[in-house]
Amino acid sequence: MSTATATKPGKAAKAPAPIKEKGLGKANWVIETAVLFLCLMWLIPTIGLFITSIRPGDDADKNGWWTWFANPLRITMENYSKALFDGSTPMGMAFVNSVAVAVPATIIPIMIAAFAAYAFTFMDFPGKDIMFIIIVGLLVVPNQVALVPLSVMFMKLGLQGQFATVWLAHAGFGMPLAVYILRNYMASLPRAVIESAKIDGASHFQTFWKLIVPMSVPALASFAIFQFLWVWNDLLVALVFLGGGDKSVMTVAMAGLLGDRGQGWQILTAGAFLTMLLPLIVFLSLQRFFIRGMTAGAVK
Amino acid sequence: MGALNVLYALLAVVVGVLGALALYWILNKLVEMLPAKQEEAVKPFAFLLPALAVITVFLVYPAIMTIINSLRSDDSTEWVGAKNFVRIFTNAPFLSALVNNLLWIIIVPATVVALGLLVAVLADRLSPTKEKVAKSVIFMPMAISMVGASTIWKFIYAYKPAGTDQIGLLNAIVVGFGGQPQTWLQYQTLKFNTLLLMIVYIWTQVGYSMVLLSAAIKGVPEETVEAGRIDGASEVAIFFRIIVPQAWPTVITVFITVLIGVMKVFDIVYVMTNGNYDTDVIGNAFFNALYSEADAGKASAIVLVLMVAILPIMVYQVRQFRAQEANR
Repeated sequence: MSTATATKPGKAAKAPAPIKEKGLGKANWVIETAVLFLCLMWLIPTIGLFITSIRPGDDADKNGWWTWFANPLRITMENYSKALFDGSTPMGMAFVNSVAVAVPATIIPIMIAAFAAYAFTFMDFPGKDIMFIIIVGLLVVPNQVALVPLSVMFMKLGLQGQFATVWLAHAGFGMPLAVYILRNYMASLPRAVIESAKIDGASHFQTFWKLIVPMSVPALASFAIFQFLWVWNDLLVALVFLGGGDKSVMTVAMAGLLGDRGQGWQILTAGAFLTMLLPLIVFLSLQRFFIRGMTAGAVK
Repeated sequence: MGALNVLYALLAVVVGVLGALALYWILNKLVEMLPAKQEEAVKPFAFLLPALAVITVFLVYPAIMTIINSLRSDDSTEWVGAKNFVRIFTNAPFLSALVNNLLWIIIVPATVVALGLLVAVLADRLSPTKEKVAKSVIFMPMAISMVGASTIWKFIYAYKPAGTDQIGLLNAIVVGFGGQPQTWLQYQTLKFNTLLLMIVYIWTQVGYSMVLLSAAIKGVPEETVEAGRIDGASEVAIFFRIIVPQAWPTVITVFITVLIGVMKVFDIVYVMTNGNYDTDVIGNAFFNALYSEADAGKASAIVLVLMVAILPIMVYQVRQFRAQEANR
């Protein structure tokens, strides 16, 4: 998110900041108001959700969340405790399940992809170009294509309903993107370093482990964040392989809550906010890496 | 139960990572036992094997099976020829889902690009601090799941009968201007409810579009803009004739990425209407064919329609990649 132009905060628009001059012109109140308006449009939905989730009783179903501002001390944490611990698929349990799904589904593919990316970047073998082109093509294949046969396969292996099914499915679905991002990054590393390691007698395994992996940390991190958010926020794969029982992840539990007509909005909003919490923290603290991954060609 | 699940996951991480490491180590040792010449030839495949295996087993093989299943009966046991395709293409609800998907494709990617460009250009003219804050705000929904975003917007579209207090922002605004509250998600005139679902998708994606386009705009060389100014071009002309053409490759990238996402859209429709009130799309029709109807043949045929629709994009992507590589 940080722009290279971040020099000094304040009214840089009026100061002679040379890089800023590049744009179309300078900020005036019309533009500032327009941006403010857009920002409000983007923020108000989430603010409304949050305020509703802390309103006591069934206030949420009686009048609009904006009336809360008239009496801002009327707040409670009760909705959160209900959402976390009550009901058939409490969000607390779903949170644990989501962690159990997302962490392995993020970590397992990375290393496998890193080895493959190394081979694609620094080794020569027949069929290299065509194989990589197939991987590029697979980037855009929708997950839905693989779901039915995969569930049949997992059933035959006796794995149905296990976390392992989601790990394996996400490893498969995420692999082309992982190889693609990592290979593009490795291709930008200075070749001279690798050549000199070779001259010093380092094997490919050593070069990979001692040189390339440490140098690729930014790309590894950006893919990790990307994959983590993707898996955490995924509904379809979790719904197909884990369903709505005691292995519900947060998105599945939330979808279940929404389909359940008896739930008041105060519980729904609290539940939704809980599903958003971890991704928002991950995202806000690691935004830079995430954006790098995105610009590296994430078409998923 | 919960603690057990966490333990299970931790174990999987440890076993998965150590197992993978051990696998590579063993593969590496095995390959090193070969004569030097063969070692060089075989080693790349030792590095590639696990990744290729994962892709083949969990992506390519199931995709091929889907093609085969689309020609088979609902439990994939008998060959039925093109019957599944005849069934879906003579089924009015599915055709309507196709039309809806087409509307998503026409409206959403273009809107996301246009709004992203607008925010990028406007924010570019603010002070660096304000620009940063504004961009973070617009980008934030990217982190929210489609299910979370759907909850947020379902609440905005919420309906209470006329005469009672409205709790949904949209109806509150309508009533505030003297209108009648509507059950928006059932409001089918001009496919308005589909449009309301699209807004959720747009809301989550503009941030992505903005970040990429903003980087592209900042990368436009100063001299070209200056030259335009000296020639007396207006700000609008500079934007459309100088900046946009140079940022065009990024515009295409964003457009295609959003397009692919929109073609397989599922979560929003499933959570907000489950395809009712004439809002169905291919992704949701697939899910319902699979689960409500337990018809693997129909589900496979539906997903194949999606795949065929994505094929041109795949060809384009591969071409783009080759052009890029040629310039590397």
